[in-house]
Amino acid sequence: MDTALLIEKSILVLLLFLVSLGAAAYMTYFERKLAAWIQDRVGPDRAGPFGILQPIADGVKMFLKEDFIPAKADKWLFIIGPGIAMFTALITSAVVPWGPKLHLFGRDIVLQVADINIGILYVFGVISIGVYGIMIGGWASNNKYSLYGAIRASSQMISYELAMGVSAITIVLLSGSLSLTTIVEGQSEVWNIFYQPVAFLIFFICALAELNRAPFDLPECESELVGGYHTEYSSMKLGLYLFAEYTSMFVSSAIMAILFFGGYNFPGMSHFSGNTLAVLGILAFASKIFIFIFVIMWIRWTIPRFRFDQLMHLGWKSLLPLSLINLLVTGLVIAYKNGWF
Amino acid sequence: MSLQIISIILGSLTLASALMVVLSKHPVRSVIYLVITFFLITSMYIMMNAQFLAVVNMIVYAGAIMVLFLFVLMLLNLNKEVEPMATRGSQLAAFIAGGSLFLVLITALKDTLILGQSYRENHSQIGLVKELGNLLFSKYIVAFELTSILFIAAMVGAILLAKREKQIIE
Repeated sequence: MDTALLIEKSILVLLLFLVSLGAAAYMTYFERKLAAWIQDRVGPDRAGPFGILQPIADGVKMFLKEDFIPAKADKWLFIIGPGIAMFTALITSAVVPWGPKLHLFGRDIVLQVADINIGILYVFGVISIGVYGIMIGGWASNNKYSLYGAIRASSQMISYELAMGVSAITIVLLSGSLSLTTIVEGQSEVWNIFYQPVAFLIFFICALAELNRAPFDLPECESELVGGYHTEYSSMKLGLYLFAEYTSMFVSSAIMAILFFGGYNFPGMSHFSGNTLAVLGILAFASKIFIFIFVIMWIRWTIPRFRFDQLMHLGWKSLLPLSLINLLVTGLVIAYKNGWF
Repeated sequence: MSLQIISIILGSLTLASALMVVLSKHPVRSVIYLVITFFLITSMYIMMNAQFLAVVNMIVYAGAIMVLFLFVLMLLNLNKEVEPMATRGSQLAAFIAGGSLFLVLITALKDTLILGQSYRENHSQIGLVKELGNLLFSKYIVAFELTSILFIAAMVGAILLAKREKQIIE
């Protein structure tokens, strides 16, 4: 590997790390402001103009709080739990193509850390290990509410992963590739949402469940479980859990934009070229991500929480059969188009 | 050369964590060591340029099966007092069963070492999804379909068992 590529990728990784953390921090601010507007309040407005420094104040507060480990907790696992949650939230962004090629310093810079040919499976692999952070943390706390939260989280995530995976397979069938770059490039004319509205709906609902966002936020349902899996956590360990949630919200919005809304593609793309195209592509992608984040937050402040049995019924008896039928129909149509019948 | 060093380090780490699965006293810790073992095996697949196998190993074993293991163990709340003591007879049986599996594995591995070497030289793309798909749906199609029937039978059986129990309660 040549040195220039190594430097280029390292800078990209560092940038992605900072952007994900910065986005997560300002998403907390945005969420509080949005909640305030929906409930006809003002929201945070003390720190800086319009309360713009609120996330920084929150971060400093998290660091300065007392870091407490319960006496009967499994000490090492208690510490590792939030770390795993944050780690899995951050590493998904490695396969996301953030924009068309940039041309800088006489080099073509690919705005993707790793173009592995199984990108979408990598995303699912990371999602499937994401549950360990919550499970280990909840169990190690040695608290019944934490354990309940952890068990709810894991059963919910296992159930919704299936329908999510099946609806993603339809996209793989359409593009004929598991690589996220190829999937995005295949959508330069028509976005996948126009072919696969049902798959998108299933994927979106499942993503909400995987993120533990309302109306599926049963793992941390405060009226039943105190704080859910992070009841015993304090200081920056709690901060990492909350932060991981927002980071994964950012990344999964990016994944949804890639799979169904054309990634960095935008209408009228053929009129631009070179670096202008790259910058516009990044902006288009960023605005799609922003819209998804907004919709996810909007849902949280609008729809009440499900009951746990309703959640399981929805996952296993509605979404999974629906996604299987959708997959079958897609497969038949593709086979017909290729002249199999 | 550096690749070889990395493989040796990964291999010894895998063996160490696999040993810790057996040696660790607490069942939940054992499961976590097993998860680490699966991750190290995944990294070995990546070293061999078998990205698809690596990710599938991660999703199926580390992501799905071990989560279920952990799930059950957390609910059972196992500790020293309730742990069933193994009798001398079952210990002996376990020793014989494990030992014969070990023998079979060694004889199987002796051949793959030579086969793998020549395979890796001729087909560096063998672990990628396209090659694997072609192989699975042409040469090994019968075995592949039979495996899926086996899985469906197991799933139907599990659902049937769960249903029957529910009827008795009602």
